[in-house]
Amino acid sequence: MKVEHLSGFDFGAAELDPSIFFETAASRLASGGRALAYFALPEGEAHRLVMAVGFDREGRIEVYSTQAYGPFRALTPSFPQLHLFEREIFEQAGLKPEGHPWLKPIRFNTPGAVPGVADYFTVHGSQVHEVAVGPVHAGVIEPGHFRFQCHGERVFHLEIMLGYQHRGLEKKFIGGPDGRSLHYAETLAGDTTIGHGWAYCGAVEALSGVNVPPRAQILRGIMLELERLANHTGDLGALAGDVAYLPAASFCGRLRGDFLNMTALVCGSRFGRNMLRPGGVNFDLDAALIHELKLRLENTFRDVQSAVSLLWETGSVADRFEDTGVVSKEAAEGLGLVGPVARASGVGLDTRRNFSSGPYEGFTLGVSGSGDVYSRAYVRWLEIQKSAELIAGWLDALPAGPVEAECGCLKADSAAVSLVEGWRGQICHFALTGPGGKFRHYKIVDPSFHNWQGLALALRNGEISDFPLCNKSFNLSYCGRDL
Amino acid sequence: MEIIKPLLQCLAALLLSPLLAGVINRVKAFFSGRRGQPLLQLYLELYKLSRKTPVYSRTTTWVFKAGPVIGLSALLAALAVLPFAGRPSFLTFEGDFIFLLYLLGLARFVTVLAALDTGSAFEGMGASREMQFAVFAEPAFFLGLAALARVTGQGSLAGMFGALTGESWRTAAPVLALLTASFFIVLLAENSRVPADDPNTHLELTMIHEAMALDHSGPELAYILYGAALKLWLFASLIACMVLPRHSGSWVLDSALFGLALLGMAAAVGVVESIMARLRLTKVPYLLITAFAFSSLALIFQLGR
Repeated sequence: MKVEHLSGFDFGAAELDPSIFFETAASRLASGGRALAYFALPEGEAHRLVMAVGFDREGRIEVYSTQAYGPFRALTPSFPQLHLFEREIFEQAGLKPEGHPWLKPIRFNTPGAVPGVADYFTVHGSQVHEVAVGPVHAGVIEPGHFRFQCHGERVFHLEIMLGYQHRGLEKKFIGGPDGRSLHYAETLAGDTTIGHGWAYCGAVEALSGVNVPPRAQILRGIMLELERLANHTGDLGALAGDVAYLPAASFCGRLRGDFLNMTALVCGSRFGRNMLRPGGVNFDLDAALIHELKLRLENTFRDVQSAVSLLWETGSVADRFEDTGVVSKEAAEGLGLVGPVARASGVGLDTRRNFSSGPYEGFTLGVSGSGDVYSRAYVRWLEIQKSAELIAGWLDALPAGPVEAECGCLKADSAAVSLVEGWRGQICHFALTGPGGKFRHYKIVDPSFHNWQGLALALRNGEISDFPLCNKSFNLSYCGRDL
Repeated sequence: MEIIKPLLQCLAALLLSPLLAGVINRVKAFFSGRRGQPLLQLYLELYKLSRKTPVYSRTTTWVFKAGPVIGLSALLAALAVLPFAGRPSFLTFEGDFIFLLYLLGLARFVTVLAALDTGSAFEGMGASREMQFAVFAEPAFFLGLAALARVTGQGSLAGMFGALTGESWRTAAPVLALLTASFFIVLLAENSRVPADDPNTHLELTMIHEAMALDHSGPELAYILYGAALKLWLFASLIACMVLPRHSGSWVLDSALFGLALLGMAAAVGVVESIMARLRLTKVPYLLITAFAFSSLALIFQLGR
C-alpha cells in the first residue's frame, strides 16, 4: 500500500495474503525499492510481519503487512539488505526465516543469551590467524566485538558482533506518547539528538495531523544542520588523527566544539536536548541571537575551511585515504547503505532530497564517489559546505510566526513513517497506534543498523592496520543499532 | 680528569635522554596549536611507573619478565661505546659498531620474545611487524656505518666520529649527506615515530612497537619507556656527531653544542611528525629501502673516491 511520508495512514489497509506479501516485497526490492523497516508486530499469540519500502528515486513509500504464525520465507538470500532485519525478527518474535544464511542473535536480549556468545565464521590453515578486538576497547568508545580472520596483514573477513548497548528502548515507547517518549528518542543515540528527536516528533505530528509552523520547521533545520556540522567536522578531525596528521586533527576537534556551542547558544544543550517538541520547538531566535549565530557560523566555517584544506593538500594524507576500504556502488546498494557512506559510493540517496519536506524543499546535493575513505571524507566536506550555506540562508530569511502548534490526540489504529536525514544517514521511525490512540508498537531504524555490514565489507581483502581508519570513516553508532 | 669525562658523558645520556621525548611533544603541540604536556612528562611517568606493582598474565613465563630487563641492559651497554660530541667513549675498540648493532639486535630480540610469550594476537602482530621492518632497517644502518668507517679510515665508533671534521664535509659531502638522510630515516623507524609508526595511537591494530609493550606494566614498562628514550638518544647523537663535527677544542663548549644539536634533532622529529601523516603499513618497507639505498650509494661513492 502506498503511503505518504510524514502522514498517518490506516494500517489495516496494508494487509496482504502471506504468499502475495513475499512476492510483492521481492518484486519491489528488485525494482529499486529499499527496506526502510521490516519487523514483527505482536498480535495476540501470532505476529504480523510489517515491511516499509522506500523508492528513493520517486520519493515514495509503500507499506505491506501479513500474518505470520511460524517460520516464514527468508528474503535475505536475494536481498542482503534484509539480513539484519530478519535476524531481528527471529530474535524478537521467534519466527524463523527459512533459508537465512547466517541466523544468529543480534542483541542477545532473549532469556539465557549471553552477549557475544554465538557462532562465528572461522578460517582454517597453518598460515591464518584470528584477531579479536573488544568489546572493551583502548579508547573511550562504545563496546563492540570485532573478529578478524587474517592471513598476515590481509583481512579475509571481519565479523562484527554488537548488542552490548541494548537497553530495550523500542518497548519503552509502547503505551506512549508520555512525558518520557521524546527523551528516549533524543537519547537513543546521543550524538543524533536532533535527528532522532525530529523523527519522533514527525511521527507524532503525522499521527495527530498537526501542521508544524514554518518558523519552527526552519529552526529544526538549523539545529539538524548544526548537528551535522559538528559531527562531520569532528569526523574529519578524527580521520586525520587516525593517520597521525596532527594539525587537522587538533583544529577540527576544537571546531566541533564551536558548533556544539552554537547549538547550546540556542537551546542550552550542546547536543540539542530539549530543543524539539511535537508540534514545534521549545526555543525561538531573536534578532541578537540570529546576529550572533551568523557571526559564529561565518568564523567557524572559515576556520574549518582552512583546517580541512590541510587534509586535501597533504600528499601523505591523500595516500592513506585513497583506495582504502573501498565499498562498491553495487555493494552499497545491495546492503541498503545510507547516509554519507552510501553517497561516497555513488548512491544518490539523501532523505533531504529524495523525501524532502519542511525546510528542505528544493534541496540539491551532488553525489559521486569511489567508495574509499577519501570519498567518505570528501562527502563530509561537501556536506559541511552545504549545511553552512543552508543555515546562513535560513538565518537571513527566517519566516515570522509561532514556533509551535498544539498537538492533539493521536489517531487510533493508524500508523506513520517518519524519515529524517540525520548526520549519519536516514533515520526511520515507524509508529503504530492502537484503538486508544496510544503507541501500540514503535520501530526505530538508525542508519547504523544498515551501515555496520558496509564496514565489514570495506575491510574485506584490506589490511588489518587500516581498520581504525575505515571504522572512523563510517563512524557508526553502537547504541543506535542496539537500541 | 680525562678518565671522568666519558663517565660524565654516559651520565648525561642517562639523565637527559627522557628530555628528548618532551621536546618532540612540545614541538608537536606547538604545530597543532596546543600547549602540550610538560617537558618533563616522561620523567614523571617513569617515576610513577617505578612505584607501581606489575601485573602479569597467567600465560606468561620468565621470558616475559626478562624481556624489558635484558632490553634495557643491552641499551645501557650500547651507551658505553656511543661517542659523545666526537669525544672518546667510555669503551672503544676496533669494530665496536658491530657490537652496537648486535646490542640493538639483542634488545629487539628479547622484546619480540616477551611479546610472543603473552600469546596475545596484538602482541604477535606487533612482533611480526617489528621483525619485518627490522629486516630493512638494520642493513641500512649497518651499511651506513661501514661507509663511515671507509670515509674516516677508522674501525671504532669513537674513532669514526672523532675523525670527522668540517674538512670531511668539504671532501666527502655527498657521502655524509646521504648517510645523514639514511640515519634520520632509520631513527624515525627504529624509534616508532611518524611516518613509520604512530607513538600516540591507542589503536592496537595499527601499532608496531607499542603493540609489543601492551601487556607490560609497572617498573617493567618503565624499563621499556626508558630504553626507548635511550635508543632515541643513541640514534640522535650519532646523527648529531655527523652533522656537527667538532671541535672547538673545549670539552665544555663541544658538549654544550652537542646538547643543542640533540635538541635540534628532537625538534626536527617533532616537525616531521607535525607536517605529515603516517605511511600505510605496507609502504613502510619502501621508506626503509630508501634509507638502504642512501647508505649503499654512500658506500659506492666512497669506494669510488
